[in-house]
Amino acid sequence: MPPIDESLLRSLTPEVLAALVRRGADFAAAEDAVQDALVEAVRVWPADPPRDPKGWLVTVAWRKFLDAARADTARRRREDRVEEEPAPGAVPGADDTLQLYFLCAHPSLTPASAVALTLRAVGGLTTRQIARAYLVPEATMAQRVSRAKRTVSGVRLDRPGDVATVLRVLYLVFNEGYSGDVDLAAEAIRLTRQLAARVDHPEAAGLLALMLLHHARRPARTDPDGCLVPLAAQDRTRWDTSAIAEGIGILQRALARDRLGEFQAQAAIAALHADAPTAEETDWPQIVEWYDELVRLTDSPVVRLNRAVAVGEADGPRAGLAALAALDDTLPRHTAAAAYLHERAGDVETAARLFAEAAHRATNLAERDHLTRQAARLRAHRPAGQRGTDHPGG
Amino acid sequence: MAKYLLLKHYRGAPAAVNDVPMDRWTPEEIAAHMRYMNDFAARLEKTGEFVDGQALAPEGTWVRYDGEGRPPVTDGPFAETKDLIAGWMVIDVDDHARAVELAGELSAAPGAGGEPIHEWLELRPFLTEPPVITE
Repeated sequence: MPPIDESLLRSLTPEVLAALVRRGADFAAAEDAVQDALVEAVRVWPADPPRDPKGWLVTVAWRKFLDAARADTARRRREDRVEEEPAPGAVPGADDTLQLYFLCAHPSLTPASAVALTLRAVGGLTTRQIARAYLVPEATMAQRVSRAKRTVSGVRLDRPGDVATVLRVLYLVFNEGYSGDVDLAAEAIRLTRQLAARVDHPEAAGLLALMLLHHARRPARTDPDGCLVPLAAQDRTRWDTSAIAEGIGILQRALARDRLGEFQAQAAIAALHADAPTAEETDWPQIVEWYDELVRLTDSPVVRLNRAVAVGEADGPRAGLAALAALDDTLPRHTAAAAYLHERAGDVETAARLFAEAAHRATNLAERDHLTRQAARLRAHRPAGQRGTDHPGG
Repeated sequence: MAKYLLLKHYRGAPAAVNDVPMDRWTPEEIAAHMRYMNDFAARLEKTGEFVDGQALAPEGTWVRYDGEGRPPVTDGPFAETKDLIAGWMVIDVDDHARAVELAGELSAAPGAGGEPIHEWLELRPFLTEPPVITE
């Protein structure tokens, strides 16, 4: 029997959920029922694929909802109410899916809760899959989801929400990285694509372009040993050219709308990297200009730090170090950026010391190992007796 | 989200405020302490922040490789080892401030006289996966 297309199945999740809510089910109970229906679909469809997948899911989810309502005697009154509901009407359209995005990214939720609820209610992932993606026990993730559902239980589904909060949640999912069994980056792209098709918002397009352009580099980001390969050293023939072409096309159409936002600006920087046949041919002056736009849009210290590195490429390492000197040296990656610029300026001794210090401060393992190797590479040219003992991590 | 390790020490941590060793507590005080710890973990499960909690025996064995074809060398325990881990809890929280808040609560577990121990806990962030978007 053919395996079922899980992403097709999951793309129907928000519409099925919205259909149940339309018929009078409360959000939390409807969401549980849809999860049950998805599990049943995975079991039943390979042998007996339905002609109308969405209709099948709505019917089964509604039955699951009624079963649960009947079984729950404590919810007697709600059961009476749903029994009185009219027969299923037309399956609602795209707007309901959009409302679910808003609900799951509601400002009353913490970022972690919004992420968990979005992945389940909009993405159709199971609690177990989300738990494994975030490396927490399934029971913990189940509680996180049900708390999130309780938090938004009083929110009406018929009011327009804030696209920016939804984009922030999807960005968090994408940026989580490529660990775990569930490909969160691919899932974030799928959900952002679905959103961008439903909402007329250049930043939704900008975020989708940004994700596609970074995702395109994925095959080149790590070497066969799993070590991080920095952008300049990546084998560009391994970049996904169709994802790059798609990302650039989406970005150009968004920029033409003349409503610039931070995701479009970030995507523009990623596009300039993607456009360069070699690292040496990167258009750094234009990248610095986009960082200036980003500073104007976000006033983020992290953006200023990245800008300083770009200035180092455009105008030379001394100019980069001068830009860096104006920034708070406790910023994440400040020391790593300083080490890189010092090496470019020819000060190997200082660079080696700073790489080692940066490794000590790194917040993720791959980066720490990468920075440690940089320090080791620079120190390998010194006589053994002069090698310091200040290397981090052993 | 960020994962943190809350580390409890048998020894090696600065002295607690209510610094009476557990073997001098009354059975009721020990029971109250255990209840507090269990309730704390149960509460974190409910908030979706609990990852793991384990206690360790105070004595272990040191082991090292001793060359091809040889069994590993074992040694210890060493009485002079300063830092002795008693157990841990792993939490997954929104930010560092929340981790500090929870560590503070755990440190308030009751000890002798039913009063909070004010025990020093070591809070260590986990190294994460690298973010996808860095430039």
